[in-house]
Amino acid sequence: MNTIGWPNFRSVNQEGIVFAIAVVLFVAAAIGLPGFIDANNLVAIVRSVSVLGILALGMAVVIIGRGIDLSAVAIMAMSVAWYLQLLNSGTPDGLAFAYVLAGVLAIGLLNGFLVAYADVPAIFVTLATGSFVFGYVRSQLITQDAVPVPQGHWVELLGGLRFLDIPIEVFVFAGLAFLFFLFLRYTKWGRYIYFAGDNPVAARNIGIPVRPMLVLRYVLSAFVALIAGLLTAASLHSINTRVVNSTLLYDIVLVAVIGGIGLSGGRGGVRNVLVGAALIGILLNAMTIVDIPLLYQNLIKAAILLGAIIVDGIINPRDEQTAQQGDI
Amino acid sequence: MKFIRTLMAAATALAVTAFVVPTFAADDPGPAAYAQALKGKRVMLVPLAMGFDLAQGWAHYLKKEVEAWGGTFETRDPNWVVDAGAQAITDAISSDTRPDVLIIHAPDLNSYSKLMKKAQAAGTYVILVDNPANFPADAFVGSDWDRLGQLEAEAAIKGCGENSSKKIGLVQGDQANSSSLYQYAGIMKVLDKHPDFKVVAKPDSNWDATTSRNVTTTMLQQNPDICSIIDFWDGDATGASAAIRDAKLDGKVFLVTTGGGEKAADCDKLQDGTYGAVVMTDLARQSGDMNAIIKFLLQSGQPAGTSHTYIYTLEKATTKADLKPDSCWDLKALQAEAAAAK
Repeated sequence: MNTIGWPNFRSVNQEGIVFAIAVVLFVAAAIGLPGFIDANNLVAIVRSVSVLGILALGMAVVIIGRGIDLSAVAIMAMSVAWYLQLLNSGTPDGLAFAYVLAGVLAIGLLNGFLVAYADVPAIFVTLATGSFVFGYVRSQLITQDAVPVPQGHWVELLGGLRFLDIPIEVFVFAGLAFLFFLFLRYTKWGRYIYFAGDNPVAARNIGIPVRPMLVLRYVLSAFVALIAGLLTAASLHSINTRVVNSTLLYDIVLVAVIGGIGLSGGRGGVRNVLVGAALIGILLNAMTIVDIPLLYQNLIKAAILLGAIIVDGIINPRDEQTAQQGDI
Repeated sequence: MKFIRTLMAAATALAVTAFVVPTFAADDPGPAAYAQALKGKRVMLVPLAMGFDLAQGWAHYLKKEVEAWGGTFETRDPNWVVDAGAQAITDAISSDTRPDVLIIHAPDLNSYSKLMKKAQAAGTYVILVDNPANFPADAFVGSDWDRLGQLEAEAAIKGCGENSSKKIGLVQGDQANSSSLYQYAGIMKVLDKHPDFKVVAKPDSNWDATTSRNVTTTMLQQNPDICSIIDFWDGDATGASAAIRDAKLDGKVFLVTTGGGEKAADCDKLQDGTYGAVVMTDLARQSGDMNAIIKFLLQSGQPAGTSHTYIYTLEKATTKADLKPDSCWDLKALQAEAAAAK
């Protein structure tokens, strides 16, 4: 039962396998690729997966509680697009931000309420709210796919912020990862998430407030998405809502799942997200240095994921309990 | 006095008769034939998405013209989803109000070929815009992407100069879209003639700004002395420019891209030095070409699929030095105009 604390060295699990692949790749790239081990390149690797990692943190908390949030990318892009649109049309900054915060909170609450109290499966609820958020904001609130950040606005300044030559996203990712770690490991509600994710009925029977906690997780995920969106806009000086159609959502789930957070809930933690993000970051960076075309990049990414799952299946065969519990 | 008055009246009568009679005689048969051929015809535009500058610009100019000659103009918004576009075309062909002219912005070389054939069989003229496809449409209106790539490469070589590292990086779109493939071919044609210039990396952005930023960061990390980068679309070149900014190489790396010539997307960024050169599409002229070929096809009386015309838009690499007030068109102004018309 030591799956939520420190690494369990006695048994090799998916996290261990993925971590090993990441280390092997890292060493191979460091030896074989000139410039890979350069400090700036290492920072670039972490930065390239920062936004992905932040989104994956939010997703991880939801998945551990045996849910999934497919509206994360829509919330990320559309909340920030709306915010920037409000600013561009002259709404005072404070008011615009208050609107957006209220909107994000509302969607998080809606997701949580429908899953917790209306008992609709999370995958359907968030798929629907994600489409709704995209459709509503895109058709009613903004005029263009890409919305620029107004010149000199704090979001633009945020993008230029550096400490020790390291971009701000890296610190935000690290800070959020630490906060999520503290929350999951040391707070009562954080610990309860594992119980609720592992066996919701039992958790409820022993008096854990399963439903309010569910709502909290979706609200948390929505706010994390807003932060990720602001960081994206900060770096690019605009936000393009086309990202909602991209594979980003699957990449988020991939980072969480490849790191070893089971979709059946109750297992995993921040460390799994970091391992998953590390693998994806190293992989993408090395493939870009070698100049592998995007089609092959996707193929290689998918092959490694499949490989990790197969090896995990061989090393950790499914038992009675996992078979009954099922995955999504 | 009376005599003079009579004379004047006679002169006036004569003048009036002289002017009126020839007017009847010279009744131009053109407008009537034009109106008869065009009135009530339906034109539909199916772009990749309605949410970006090119599509909104085309729609603006087409709508103005089509409605002026008494036709109906509609758009469909597949929002970058190929299937949704296919669905929109299918629905349009089989509906009671089948469009007489279908203007299609193809996502790749092959996806819509069968549907376009079906449309022509049903009697709808098919005009391809911007992206070529493996299909003999009634007309193609858009950029000669090969030529466009050559212009980009020439701009990059000029931007680098003779005493530079002569290293060029490419940020391609993807490996399926014709605009990306032909653009690449054009760039390589020019670079083959300049063997001292080398392409050091050519990653894909998948048309996504964040990916463009990440691959450009890596590219600059590996080759800090790159003198020019060609990003295949201004929609994601914001990412490449962010990477250049982050690497503190502003002014050292000459960023070349291509776009629809929208003010905020292209001219403003040439002005502030983000882009070194942009190969811009003259959108008003391109839309004008579409309007002309629509009018021609509807009056021609020929069955759909009879002729295949290529109308390439004149392209030019614009730099800050030759930026003029009318180099770009302004989407905000068009939107304001549309709002005022409501």
